[in-house]
Amino acid sequence: MILLLVTIPLLAAFAILFGAPSRLTAILSALMTLVLAIVAAIAFGSAESASAFAEGQWEFKQLAIQASNFSINLHFGLTGISTIMMLLTAIVTLAAVLSGKAPEGHKNLWYSASLFIAAGAMGAFISKDLFFFYAFHELALIPTFLMIGMLGRGDRKHIAWKATIYLAAGSIVLLAGLVWLASIAGTYEISQLKSGVAAYYASNNSASACVLCGITGMLIFGYGTLVSLFPFHSWAAPAYASAPAPVAMLHAGVLKKFGLYGLIITAVNVIPHAVLEKWVLLLVVLLLCNIIWVGLVTINQKRIDLMLGNSSVMHMGYIFLAIAAVMAFPENDIAIPAAVLLMFAHGISIAMSFSLTDVIERNAETLEFNQLGGIAKTAPKLCFLFGLVGMASIGLPGLANFAGEVMVFFSGFNGWDSSKPFGPVQWGTVIALWGVVISAVYMLRAIKNTFHGELIESAREMKDISLMEQIPALLLGGVLLVVGVYPNILLQFLN
Amino acid sequence: MELAWFLFILPLASAIAIHFVLKKRPCLSGAVGTVVTLAALVVAFFIRGAQSELGFNWISLGNFEVNIGFVIDKLSSNMMLIVTGIGSLVHIFSLAYMKEDKAKARYFGNLSLFMFSMTGIVLSSNLVMTFIFWELVGLSSYLLIGHWYEKHSAGDAAKKAFLTNRIGDFGFMIGILMLWSITGTVNFSELAANPPAATCALSIAVFMIFLGAMGKSAQAPLHVWLPDAMEGPTPVSALIHAATMVAAGVYMMARVFLVIGTDVISTLGSVEAIAWIGGITSLLAALMATQQNDIKKILAYSTLSQLGYMVMAVGLVNPDAGMFHLYTHAWFKALLFLGSGAIIYACHHDQNIWNMGGLLKRMPITSLTFIFGTLALTAVPFTAGFYSKESILHAAKDQGSYLLWVALGVAALTTFYMFRLIFVAILGKAKHKHSEDAKEVSMLMLAPLVILVIVSALSPFFSDFVPLPELKEIDFHVVPHFGDKLVLFSIGAFVLGFIPALLLYAGKTKDPLNIPLFRNKFYIDEIFGHIIKWGQDILAAVVHFLDEFVINGLLVGGVTRSAQGLGNLFRSKIQTGNIQTYAFMFGIGIAITIYITVFA
Repeated sequence: MILLLVTIPLLAAFAILFGAPSRLTAILSALMTLVLAIVAAIAFGSAESASAFAEGQWEFKQLAIQASNFSINLHFGLTGISTIMMLLTAIVTLAAVLSGKAPEGHKNLWYSASLFIAAGAMGAFISKDLFFFYAFHELALIPTFLMIGMLGRGDRKHIAWKATIYLAAGSIVLLAGLVWLASIAGTYEISQLKSGVAAYYASNNSASACVLCGITGMLIFGYGTLVSLFPFHSWAAPAYASAPAPVAMLHAGVLKKFGLYGLIITAVNVIPHAVLEKWVLLLVVLLLCNIIWVGLVTINQKRIDLMLGNSSVMHMGYIFLAIAAVMAFPENDIAIPAAVLLMFAHGISIAMSFSLTDVIERNAETLEFNQLGGIAKTAPKLCFLFGLVGMASIGLPGLANFAGEVMVFFSGFNGWDSSKPFGPVQWGTVIALWGVVISAVYMLRAIKNTFHGELIESAREMKDISLMEQIPALLLGGVLLVVGVYPNILLQFLN
Repeated sequence: MELAWFLFILPLASAIAIHFVLKKRPCLSGAVGTVVTLAALVVAFFIRGAQSELGFNWISLGNFEVNIGFVIDKLSSNMMLIVTGIGSLVHIFSLAYMKEDKAKARYFGNLSLFMFSMTGIVLSSNLVMTFIFWELVGLSSYLLIGHWYEKHSAGDAAKKAFLTNRIGDFGFMIGILMLWSITGTVNFSELAANPPAATCALSIAVFMIFLGAMGKSAQAPLHVWLPDAMEGPTPVSALIHAATMVAAGVYMMARVFLVIGTDVISTLGSVEAIAWIGGITSLLAALMATQQNDIKKILAYSTLSQLGYMVMAVGLVNPDAGMFHLYTHAWFKALLFLGSGAIIYACHHDQNIWNMGGLLKRMPITSLTFIFGTLALTAVPFTAGFYSKESILHAAKDQGSYLLWVALGVAALTTFYMFRLIFVAILGKAKHKHSEDAKEVSMLMLAPLVILVIVSALSPFFSDFVPLPELKEIDFHVVPHFGDKLVLFSIGAFVLGFIPALLLYAGKTKDPLNIPLFRNKFYIDEIFGHIIKWGQDILAAVVHFLDEFVINGLLVGGVTRSAQGLGNLFRSKIQTGNIQTYAFMFGIGIAITIYITVFA
């Protein structure tokens, strides 16, 4: 059963390449994957224990490579975190294939590329083996670059190239780190990394601490580049602005979370606290740069798409903050759920933003703030939906992002001894909170400049969002609302 | 199910129904909103004395839990009466006032959203829940201020209100986090059971929480949004920006003081700062009010000034006095705002007091109710404002604080600017065609005014309905205490304000005074404008430039450019386009992976 989560989109993508009706196949396969993902999540949530769950049809293991001292398996299965990431992938995939308008003559490429990205992301999230975890992510990146390079907007070749260089460099560093990690742990099974590393750490304390410290650094910078951690963030905003809507949605919404997910399951959960602790201060400084520095960059944007792209980079800082909180204080039981919840919420909200931005661009024929204005008059539904997701992304209660953010802030203060001064994570949380003001500034300005004020002349005849275009936005908006009102619906998987 | 849940469900259902079903039926929307609010008022009567409930788990993770529940005590249930009572009257008034508005359904939908959010703040059982509804109230305020969003000024005012509140909430959240770290809980009941010890950290935490109140209750220097918020429809100003939402900060502080306990609170250093912020706000706002010409702006500055009084009382560790004043003020300020709404409506939406005048003859009932409200605000003996202000003066006197003199000065100024308003706008001759044409408004608008006069007149005498935390004794029987010197001082302050107003403004057609400093609001908006321009916008441009050219271009870009050179080499060697190169790069990546894993 679990194999289907990957094979359905993969087979559909190939079918489209070989001439199946592209849109229909894509939508159907995405729908099937979503239903399957929901069934899997329910099964996982209601299973009495992890082993009882795995004994059902939700675990797949097949030996791929057998070497003298270890083996690599094609091993799929679910954990609490990966269940949530699986749901995120399935939901955003469906919304992505419903969004945007494929240019004539490129429909096959458009839909199959989207499905390849989705299959890659899904494979990465449900892999329990380090090798395939990495390989599936690589698989998803290739169509991403192809789509930006061939069907993107603006200076697409240059932008695609820049993203490739950054991400390839990040991936290589990451790969080296992961291989090193696997070799000292003696296994590629992600669930066994921890005990392997612990044994290594215990056996040879002074040198092993150094080695592990180096590996942690490689993982932070490798994953960090994939998640646009400052200062390796310059690729992200132009890539999202240029990418076709489904690709921007899938990459910003889903694929980028791979780095954070990986950092949690292969570093934070694996490497001993004494080693992780050494990286806290640097990570806090970098994530604050994401929030404050990139936040200021976002304020200065002149286009909606670049504004959203930068805001997405900025919001990664909050998830890193939760990760820093657990690195500094290992008993922090709020931090990882907070990070996962915010990853999910951000993924849904940024996908919805890019889906709607695409509608604005098609209907108003521009995304420049100074050429827009007052279009709430002619497009009230679009205004409502964009307002909803704008409010979600700046952390309005009742929508999912708030629940994630507020938990991140609590995780930052978890473990603070009130008789002592603030540590780096508490200071980081306080400064990060200022980012909440910054994000309100750029989002409300964008809403004011786009929708409020007098109606601009050129938009007098502008269409409102059509029913078909509303479907992905309503799907994603509904998820934001449900998770925002009742976050336990996801948090139950993490308890 | 407890009855109190209906206080949440009713307005929420109304908001959803109006926004998603009744958008095309404006009249029905108005009716639904009004009926639901009246029903909530009835429910609010019946929940008095009911049990508090922890409610349901919103977030639960191990031992970290956040609930959505409610606390019912004298403080919250009586506050609920104010919210639903004034809410009902404002709804009824709006039926007439917004009759011809094109977006009437949206208006009533947002009003219902506000009622829902405000209920959450009042009944909240913990600080995170307060924060949740705190933000939602901010959203409804944003939507209602920006109701006429085609006007740039309305859009800007809405944005300013939201952002200024966000600055306050920045502190509020830090305060909640610190208090949680100190005590291990955010629930009011658990805080009350195990109050924290007075430490330096607690002092900072309480002040940080107060920052939230500074935003919502518009205390200097975060007061700048409230006068601009008058861009919203006038009934909204009455409900949200005068009677209820802006008082939420005072209410929230009273709740926090109640659960932590005054013996701990009074030893904290930060509370004195709170009192002074209140006092200074009160004084600055009163000075600004003396030179405003827009009837709603005058009332807005007067609201600021009265909120300053309340915050001052809270800071003097007498939240009972603050809440008492909140209660009386809510009724008579709603009366004044709705009265000004009726006047504006009658004067063809002209808000300049120098275009008014002669209204007592043309709209006598409205004018008399407005004058009644003014008497209460200026604390004429036996009116509601008199009793509550007296309790605040006592609070200052008990602490032996210099703030007593600030408060008395503000009292004189209040009388001065309110009677300036009366002499110019209500009495005298009509100064413009707009006021010559003014006619008495319809019954639907008059009825709420008359009801508010009655409620306001009776309000101080029904101490059971006052939302008090009951931490300090309030003397409700100040009436015959004319032997008390304080009463004489306060009457002296009234006379001191009234006589110059009479001499300067009775029968005048233009302002004999011109004090640019007050008229221009101490240039605080201009100063903020510069701070935002330099500290945010220009800084953002500089940062953007550095990001683009230094980080992207030189530091990281240098590394990638060398890789690009390598890539170009590949490309020229293999004679392919870009796309294949990417694929090639990744092919190599995977090949290396396989190589290392198999042979290493």
